[in-house]
Amino acid sequence: MVESVIERITRGHFWDFHGGIHPPEQKTLTSTKPIKQLSLPKQLIIPLQQHIGREGDLLVSIGEHVLKGQALTLSSNPMVVPIHAPTSGKISAIKPSVIAHPSGLSQLCIFLDVDGEDTWRKKTVCPDLDQLSTHQIIEKIADAGISGMGGAGFPTHIKVNSKPDINFLIINGAECEPYITADDLLMMEQSDAIVDGIKILDKLLTPAFILIAIEDNKPKAIQALQQATEGIEKIKVCVVPTKYPTGGEKQLIQILTGQEVKSGRLPIHAGIVMQNVATCFAINEAVRHDTPLIRRVVTVTGQALSKPQNVWALLGTPVEFLLEQCGVQEIDNEKQPVIMGGPMMGFSVASELVPVVKTSNCILVPSKKEMPSAFEKESKEVECIRCGQCSDVCPSQLLPQELQWSAKAKDYQQLDKLNLSDCIDCGACAYVCPSQIPLVHYYRVAKAEIRQQQQLDIKAEKAKVRFEARKLRLEKEKVARQEKQKKAAAARKAAMNKSTPEATGAKSAVAAALARVKAKKAASQAGTTENRSDATENIKGKAKENAAEPVDDQKSQVAAAIARAKAKKKLKQEAINKVSSSNEVSVELEKLAPVAASIQSPADNKKEKIAAAIAKAKARKLKGATNPPVTNELPVAPAVVTTEELTDKVETERKVPEKVVKVDDKKAKVAAAIAKAKSKALAKKATQAASQPVHEPESIQNKVAVSKSVDNPIDVETSVLLPENEIQPEPAISKKEKIAAAIAKAKAKKKLKEGNNIDSKVTNNDKGNG
Amino acid sequence: MNILLAILVLGSIAALFGALLGFASVRFKVDADPIVEQLDALLPQTQCGQCGYPGCKPYAQAVADGDAINKCAPGGEDTIKKIADLMGVEVQPLDENHVQGDAPKSNRPKVAFVIEEDCIGCTKCIQACPVDAIIGAAKQMHTIIIDECTGCDLCVAPCPVDCIEMRELPDTIHNWQWDLTSIPVKQLV
Repeated sequence: MVESVIERITRGHFWDFHGGIHPPEQKTLTSTKPIKQLSLPKQLIIPLQQHIGREGDLLVSIGEHVLKGQALTLSSNPMVVPIHAPTSGKISAIKPSVIAHPSGLSQLCIFLDVDGEDTWRKKTVCPDLDQLSTHQIIEKIADAGISGMGGAGFPTHIKVNSKPDINFLIINGAECEPYITADDLLMMEQSDAIVDGIKILDKLLTPAFILIAIEDNKPKAIQALQQATEGIEKIKVCVVPTKYPTGGEKQLIQILTGQEVKSGRLPIHAGIVMQNVATCFAINEAVRHDTPLIRRVVTVTGQALSKPQNVWALLGTPVEFLLEQCGVQEIDNEKQPVIMGGPMMGFSVASELVPVVKTSNCILVPSKKEMPSAFEKESKEVECIRCGQCSDVCPSQLLPQELQWSAKAKDYQQLDKLNLSDCIDCGACAYVCPSQIPLVHYYRVAKAEIRQQQQLDIKAEKAKVRFEARKLRLEKEKVARQEKQKKAAAARKAAMNKSTPEATGAKSAVAAALARVKAKKAASQAGTTENRSDATENIKGKAKENAAEPVDDQKSQVAAAIARAKAKKKLKQEAINKVSSSNEVSVELEKLAPVAASIQSPADNKKEKIAAAIAKAKARKLKGATNPPVTNELPVAPAVVTTEELTDKVETERKVPEKVVKVDDKKAKVAAAIAKAKSKALAKKATQAASQPVHEPESIQNKVAVSKSVDNPIDVETSVLLPENEIQPEPAISKKEKIAAAIAKAKAKKKLKEGNNIDSKVTNNDKGNG
Repeated sequence: MNILLAILVLGSIAALFGALLGFASVRFKVDADPIVEQLDALLPQTQCGQCGYPGCKPYAQAVADGDAINKCAPGGEDTIKKIADLMGVEVQPLDENHVQGDAPKSNRPKVAFVIEEDCIGCTKCIQACPVDAIIGAAKQMHTIIIDECTGCDLCVAPCPVDCIEMRELPDTIHNWQWDLTSIPVKQLV
């Protein structure tokens, strides 16, 4: 098969690809002039990433002096291509700057202040290629930072490090895009160097044949290469007919070999490798002369320039400098478009400071007469007329108008069915479109969005995996924790059952604590009973007032609150008196029972906890409160609660005159029940506007609940009864707690008034602790 | 006699097919509910919990069990449309009750960012992160692994010192989207 292909080629017969166009070439603007050597610009802006892949790691820092050819970044990954200093100078800055990309976005660039001396780093020229192994050559190519110079910028060292069985190595010198003559001039002037580069590739890839493809509109280049390759059987110079886009990889393969590279496949799968002529030149420079890729031929053209021509531009040269050298008087981006790349696939640069990079082959500055569409601000797009010219010219045999509709409708599934991924962005369809639809731009938008979607899908999959892994881990941890707890509990039990002195000590401590709590309860009971008469009077008075003047409800409540405060004061006084009288006793007790003293601190702890809980409740309330007039409502709300609390308390005490001490344990439960009942009552009250008839049944209910629970006394360790004096300090504490609880309740009530649900949990907790 | 024979024949055929079907239902039993897997594949996997379920898979299960399809805020209209297609129900607008914080004004992806000088190392955000995208230890500064962050917002609320904020990812040439209206790209010649 390979032989038949070669036979055809030697006869000058080629295949053809579908479609294609013949735009005006405009190559004579620059093709007749030699490549110009430029003076050094003052500053170079070198982007860290100039190829497909990732940027390398920085090797230099600001202020450092670098020599020509010195590496600026390090390749740590196969897809990383290093960059080199194009001339000697000092690094003035490393910062983001606008790069050669249609987005006009910034990327990290090295700013090199040129010192004008152009001093080379030490070079190790290799005179004999045969001394180098394949591996060494590939390493040299990688270290020289060579990436494909035709447009895509794929790292060359990966492309030449391919598996064997290469049928064809195709050297792409087609250069089909209008205006551009950079490769043409390079082939004319450096044909020997290019052929030397091809020989290096031959050594690396060992292909069956090497085909150099040149369009027939470059007779001088064809002649030069034919002379340079004379006598080499393996290399064939193929003169292919001029048509756009012959230079496309898959198109050129089809022209030369008749093979169609299938969708989603690479040419290497068909045993074909393609390299650009400029890349061959760069490979030769790198391997034989130890010169990294630091300059390239750039066609600076367009009728707005007085001296359009090809130049040797150092990488990093700002576009502005190139235009100055080629005779542009004034660059104003607003009026004068500057296009990087050719007219078919190029893009307008966002700033005249955009630097030349490894893939920039052309700077186009058209005049208005030459290219009116470049000066228009708005698209002249009109509706598609279904003429079908676009599908006639599509080199990938796609259906551009259907693609356009699907792209506009964002129907990515349909786009996939129509093989959007095979579109090479050549722009032939847009060129022939009579409705001036910028078809390629719709495809580019759609492609970018599809790529984005794919990235999101990958990310979602990754997140799912991580989420599942986390769930599994948490489950494991939970099981482990439970087992640990079980073990700890078993160990504790074992320790308690042993009759060691520590264990007995702990037991007695618990017993003492129980006794203390009981005594405390009893004392508080006694304290309140003394107050009973006062309280009942207050309530009676309040009830009367309410009955007489329901409007005056607030007033009576305030009065009740004042009465309550007074009663409390009195109680406090009494408690303090008692404390002073029983000081001696308590001191003695502390001496006698150090265990009991140790209980005091847990009690304090408890107090602290309660205080903390109250603070928390307050904080939560503050968060929830949307209306700030606290000062008006606050005195009223507590009054309502306190009166009610008092009723309950009084009633409870009436029912429980003597059994008090016995029902200590039960009492906590009773208190909880009361709290619950109260919260219920509060809820009802809030809805029914605090009327007396409702209030009374509620208190009766409370009474019933309390008396029921009290009527079933449990005989809890009555043996640990302590003298009453001993627990005199406690009433003060318990009173404080009660006040705190009342405040908390009032707040809960307020919250309810504001339309929120009652936070019964908070109330219950406070009451239970108090 | 003929009738008896017919009954016998039909009866035996019925028994045979019954046995066959019974065997097939045991032999070719499908364990998982495939619809849940399909639904899960449609969800964005941010694991944000805005739907009220602890993750995307539980919500997928809930939808399969008949819950509303419009509770996924990060997925937005696109996801609702896809779920509606799959479940064969009407497309519904996104339920606003399940959108936490600001409604997504832009489609720009966001990631959490720890203001590191304010971080006290409480590990609360680490516990909240559904995809383990936060690294740190007790009393050590925490930080977000940007590449793993799904932008679910769940770590922002637990932070006691408010040192986590959601930031939009910057535009780079890797995630840049062609915008025809803002960039004067033109087809020339």
